[in-house]
Amino acid sequence: MRLSLASRPEPSRVMLAASPLLAASLTLAAGFLLFLALGQRPGAALHTFFVAPVSSGNGLAELLLKAAPLILIAQGLAIGFRANVWNIGAEGQLILGAIAASSLAIGFQGTASPWLLPAMVAAGILGGMAWAAIPAYLRTRFHANEILVTLMLTYVAGLLLSYLVHGPMRDPQGLNFPQSVLFGDSALFPVILPGTRLNLAVGFPVLATAAAWIFVARTYAGYQMLVGGLAPQAARYAGFSQGRAVWTALLIGGGAAGLAGVGEVAGPLGQLLPVVSPGYGFAAIIVAFVGRLHPLGIVVAGLLMSLLYLGGEAAQIALQVPYAVTSLFQGFLLFCLLGSDLFVFYRVRWRPREGRPS
Amino acid sequence: MTPPSTPDRAALRLALRGITKIYPSVVANDRVDLDVAPGQIHAVLGENGAGKSTLMKIIYGVVRADAGEIRWDGRPVGIGSPTEARRLGIGMVFQHFSLFETLSVAENISLAVPGSLKELSGRIAEVSERYGLPVDPRKPVHTLSVGERQRVEIVRCLLQAPRLLILDEPTSVLPPQAVERLFETLRKLAAEGVSILYISHKLEEIQSLCHAATILRAGRVVGVVDPRRESAVGLARLMIGRDLPPAIHPEPCAAREERLAVAGLTLPADEPFGTALREITLRVSSGEIVGIAGVSGNGQRELMTALSGERLVEPPDAIRLCGAPAGRLGPQARRLRGLAFVPEERLGRGAVPPVTLAENALLTAAHLDMVRSGFVRTDRMRTFAERCIREFDVKAGGPDAAAQSLSGGNLQKYLVGRELLQHPRLLLVSQPTWGLDVGAAAFIRQRLVALRNAGTAILVVSEELEELFEISDRIAVMCAGRLTPAVPVRETSVAEIGAWMTGLFPAAHSGGGPCA
Repeated sequence: MRLSLASRPEPSRVMLAASPLLAASLTLAAGFLLFLALGQRPGAALHTFFVAPVSSGNGLAELLLKAAPLILIAQGLAIGFRANVWNIGAEGQLILGAIAASSLAIGFQGTASPWLLPAMVAAGILGGMAWAAIPAYLRTRFHANEILVTLMLTYVAGLLLSYLVHGPMRDPQGLNFPQSVLFGDSALFPVILPGTRLNLAVGFPVLATAAAWIFVARTYAGYQMLVGGLAPQAARYAGFSQGRAVWTALLIGGGAAGLAGVGEVAGPLGQLLPVVSPGYGFAAIIVAFVGRLHPLGIVVAGLLMSLLYLGGEAAQIALQVPYAVTSLFQGFLLFCLLGSDLFVFYRVRWRPREGRPS
Repeated sequence: MTPPSTPDRAALRLALRGITKIYPSVVANDRVDLDVAPGQIHAVLGENGAGKSTLMKIIYGVVRADAGEIRWDGRPVGIGSPTEARRLGIGMVFQHFSLFETLSVAENISLAVPGSLKELSGRIAEVSERYGLPVDPRKPVHTLSVGERQRVEIVRCLLQAPRLLILDEPTSVLPPQAVERLFETLRKLAAEGVSILYISHKLEEIQSLCHAATILRAGRVVGVVDPRRESAVGLARLMIGRDLPPAIHPEPCAAREERLAVAGLTLPADEPFGTALREITLRVSSGEIVGIAGVSGNGQRELMTALSGERLVEPPDAIRLCGAPAGRLGPQARRLRGLAFVPEERLGRGAVPPVTLAENALLTAAHLDMVRSGFVRTDRMRTFAERCIREFDVKAGGPDAAAQSLSGGNLQKYLVGRELLQHPRLLLVSQPTWGLDVGAAAFIRQRLVALRNAGTAILVVSEELEELFEISDRIAVMCAGRLTPAVPVRETSVAEIGAWMTGLFPAAHSGGGPCA
């Protein structure tokens, strides 16, 4: 007997929608086994990981705080992914956004101008866009693969940030610690829930979700990008410019990531540090796919991914398990989703070995 | 109906009994019987969707029948895979090609035929020479036109010395001389004892070639006849269950206005195995249909992408659209000036497969007020799609049906409708009826002629000479990147055009040479 996959003529719509939920359940089951293997009581460990972090008001605020950059970036990336433009360097674009915004906050230290924060937001978006413009130019001008260029520029961005916080942007009174001065209040997003770190920047992903939905479902530009992704020949036939699709996808993705960077330095961090993101730019790729590249799906997936971050921290403290467990869960989730999708689109068949007389 | 002389049942090479295949939405074959004797050329006639292709796939082991029996040389067999079919001696040329795009011709053939690439290349050259099926063994398949791909399929089968050869619409992409050569080959093969199952909707061909015909309609056998003793009209009636729409021979139109003028267009090939266009000169005026004949792969694709704006050309006035230079204008700008284009590839180029018909309307008809300040006006898009479905008799679930859910004929009607409803001043059409059943093909030809009568200039590229002779006012031939002058259809003949297709250009026109 031989195992083979046969494509299903019409994948079930119900299963297509249920597949992310199934993937989440399978991830939980895998986590159960993982904790068992680590010598923990699985039930209690899972409770620590998934329930305890959100059973307080502050916990919920943290959930939203971490979900915000994930959702924001994923909305931007999903627009590109639908058009077959693979920006996987959102982490680097986030860093550039953080640097651009921080340079204003540091340069205008002590000002009380209400325009500082909006200027930082604009600078952050432009910073992310500028970083994403490099792969866009290289792709449209020289056909350089944007997957490689965006990814490699992430490391360049990380080194640039490291240079800046160790050098030009270091706090002169900071005892040589690699960090900038603490930002003044006019350079910080106001906290909207007293007693928590939840700030006004949580509004950005809400706006981004609405904008992404309108862009995808209602605009001609969104339609052109969809066609470019699904059927490049049809896009050429209709006269839709591929170059414009590449530019649009990368600028939107870069801008969203840059804005997320502003949200970090002008939010929970309050200064520029050598590390401004725990991998939001990469995790957002998973969020975009778990959310089926759909604006609302991305919101749900972003919250789930945020919970994985919180649970990882909680488990590290309460159970003394390594923080890498978070990455394991992220990987599990993507693996289970891709696995579930395989069975939605294909049917497994046992076929008699060829050559057997029948 | 005159039943053909039935050979002794025990001596039959292939006998099907009660073959039934049910798909979730349709009964493709309903208790089908079929007898093929050794050395017999047996036609399977039927419209698209009549179940011919499914039946052939069952014989070739691609699809398993739900019920029924297959006998091979009188012995019941189960054909579980194409490998088993080939081992029995069954070869098949598919209508939708089963070639790997990234491999070369020789590499593709080596997947089915044993032997080193070098040795195979020699045999391929030999077979293609002998049967007049020119193919270059080194070319990667993705650079080949549909016509060339079909030739590869036929050559691949012939290399395997089959005892039963299944051919699915094999002549639709061949010039007449090659058809005659292929027929000679098939007759020779039959005389050597090879049985041939010949699927076609070309009644004249079946009458001149086949010894017997089994006619399918809606999955059932509606007749087994000797086609040599039947009239074409009688066969057609059996096949479609009603009379054919009358053929249309357009009368010439008077008042003319030049809509397309191509002057000395020379364009290098855009890919390693593409065809360079050389000194193309062509005029199309309002109220006329100009046909371009020729075997695929002689520059038709390149010419159409240059005319549609998918590829820009220099100098700008090498292509003039309605009197103005258009060489540097993209597809959208040309559409705004009155151009419409139905491409050869329907799914993936003419239509986006997974999105709805309404959304596919937006692909080329967006300028009909479907977009306002960057936003799509869904209601106008849907209204347009509904109108197109209604006026062009498209069988579909409605404007929300995915393009890929339609049959080839219905999708083509939708695409032609989409372009026609834009009231083009100049319409380009590539292979308007390729792979369509007679009913749908006749419908589309009628609409093209009606559009011409209403004053549109139409340029049709087709490999079906009968079609071009039926609808064109003037006809030109494309060969090795060159185009002959367009001559009035009434002043030429199929034989003359056929000769030009093989590169024997008229003496007045320089640059004759062997065709690809």
